[in-house]
Amino acid sequence: MTTFTPAPGAASTRAMLARQTAMELRLLLRNGEQVGLTLVIPLLLEFFFNLPVLYSLDCSAGDCRRIDFVVPSILALAVMSAAFTGLAIGTGFERKYAVLKRLGATALPRSVLLLGKTCAVLLLQIVQAALICALGFLLGWQPRGDPLFAIVLIVLGTFTFGGLGLLLAGTVRAEITLAAANLIWLVLLFCGGIAVPLSKYPQGARDVLRYLPSAALSDGLHQVLQAGAGVPLRAWLVLLVWAAVALPAAARWFRWE
Amino acid sequence: MSAPAVEVRQLVKSYGSRRAVDEVSWSLAAGRLLALLGTNGAGKTTTIETCEGFRRPDAGSVRVLGLDPIADSRALRPRVGVMLQDGVGGYTAARAAELLELFAGYARHPLDARWLLERVGLAEVARTPVKRLSGGEQQRLSLALALVGRPELVFLDEPTTGMDPRARRTTWELIRQLRSDGVTVVLTTHYLDEAEELADDVIVMNAGRIVAQGSPSELTRGGTAEGRITFTAPPGLPLSDLVAALPGTARAQETAPGQYLITAPVTPDLLAAVTTWCARRNVLAEGLNVGRRSLEDVFLSLTSTTTDEVAADLETAPATSRRRAAR
Ligand SMILES: Nc1ncnc2c1ncn2[C@@H]1O[C@H](COP(=O)(O)OP(=O)(O)OP(=O)(O)O)[C@@H](O)[C@H]1O
Ligand SMILES: [Mg+2]
Repeated sequence: MTTFTPAPGAASTRAMLARQTAMELRLLLRNGEQVGLTLVIPLLLEFFFNLPVLYSLDCSAGDCRRIDFVVPSILALAVMSAAFTGLAIGTGFERKYAVLKRLGATALPRSVLLLGKTCAVLLLQIVQAALICALGFLLGWQPRGDPLFAIVLIVLGTFTFGGLGLLLAGTVRAEITLAAANLIWLVLLFCGGIAVPLSKYPQGARDVLRYLPSAALSDGLHQVLQAGAGVPLRAWLVLLVWAAVALPAAARWFRWE
Repeated sequence: MSAPAVEVRQLVKSYGSRRAVDEVSWSLAAGRLLALLGTNGAGKTTTIETCEGFRRPDAGSVRVLGLDPIADSRALRPRVGVMLQDGVGGYTAARAAELLELFAGYARHPLDARWLLERVGLAEVARTPVKRLSGGEQQRLSLALALVGRPELVFLDEPTTGMDPRARRTTWELIRQLRSDGVTVVLTTHYLDEAEELADDVIVMNAGRIVAQGSPSELTRGGTAEGRITFTAPPGLPLSDLVAALPGTARAQETAPGQYLITAPVTPDLLAAVTTWCARRNVLAEGLNVGRRSLEDVFLSLTSTTTDEVAADLETAPATSRRRAAR
């Protein structure tokens, strides 16, 4: 017969992280409409941005094809939407409705909760990126460069934006998170080098804007996939620094209630 | 001698200008079961959540298993099981079994989730999403979540609220087993029979302070030869007139409209005096009951200063009073 004789102790961090990630992913997927929306919106954008009606690209380089610009942009946008806006809003409301308060009374450390959430988004991100690339190929996309470099960028980008999203969600009210997450997304989309290439900005602004995580991610992806460059060292470093600040900050200041 | 499992010293917690907990001190030895009683808003949840590390004391201190609930939370949390008053918490979109498995996964030597689900009577609804469980089922899941990590200390905030009478008995059995298996338990309750049944130690709080403390038998023995007479009659009987007609030092209260309680050393004379007084007024005292003090009487007399206040309390207090009024 089983008894309640005490045998306290926390599971290993790795085991907890695996459990937490699986649970978060299952809950993400169970939310059918939302997953659909997350996956479909970037595909729609990819399709429409590829139409030459929206804005013109100046192709001074000569062999510039529209779709080759669009796919890396959409990959960057998808990472930012899911890891930053989506995660921040979801987590903000979980906090509001005291979902997380109960987890705060278990052996689960805060850092593992936050990492689990980010890893779940990362897994979803893989599906998302595969779909975006598939549609890209249908539209005549011809990627260059080493795909591995791009994958590293996407992973780093997910951790960076996940950390920033969680930092936001864990420190301010859910309603403010909702507004801020959308607003920041919009600002980064247009001023952060995703929808509008930074080359369209004056030199002074460009030198600052390129250190934004969105710019580093988008710029790195364009360098690798569009220009076929080698290791995008600067983009990696910029993202790494952002991630190394955002994730620990989120773990430090995240409040369960 | 080992340190107490929980030690609360001069704890103060205020919200705005009101003190929800006002210089409260108590300690609990390992392996014992403490029941915190008190009116709504007495400060029970505030005290418990301070011990759980959810709230920071304004003054005073709390040590749990020798540790500070906030500073040492990482070390403490695996050793403590928690049942919150405000619902199951956690992922309410998850299924009952899923959530329990998740929590089991946080522990190094968890209980078997399937067995535990069976034990709290939730095997049938294992696949139901948490938010669709009935109130009582949610309470049972919440209890299971507190226990699955095999903690050495559990805080159960109103564990049986919302449970049907059978589930309450089953839960009592489970809590008794917890205690006999060596788990230290702190629970709050509005059911005085629950405290009487389960607790080694009882603390009664009122308006943020401790008004009585001891074992259930110490508390009910309180007034040595104190006994009680209860009856139902039309509301509004003149109590001072009644007391004047009684021998010795008796106290009379209208605990709810039409519910009367006389507290005094019960003698045949006293009983005769009560019935004579009623007969003279042509009042039929129904459900006349003579007995020793119950914890409920102690509670009622401790948590009120005037009978009116008691009546008001009983109207607002949920379960306990309704049970009482229905009798
Ligand atoms: N977060 C809060 N903000 C403001 N006031 C609070 C807060 N939490 C509790 N209070 C107040 O503190 C007092 C004590 O509340 P507490 O929840 O500790 O009571 P309780 O004894 O658990 O009551 P109950 O039996 O109704 O659960 C109440 O008057 C309550 O209104
Ligand atoms: Mg309470």
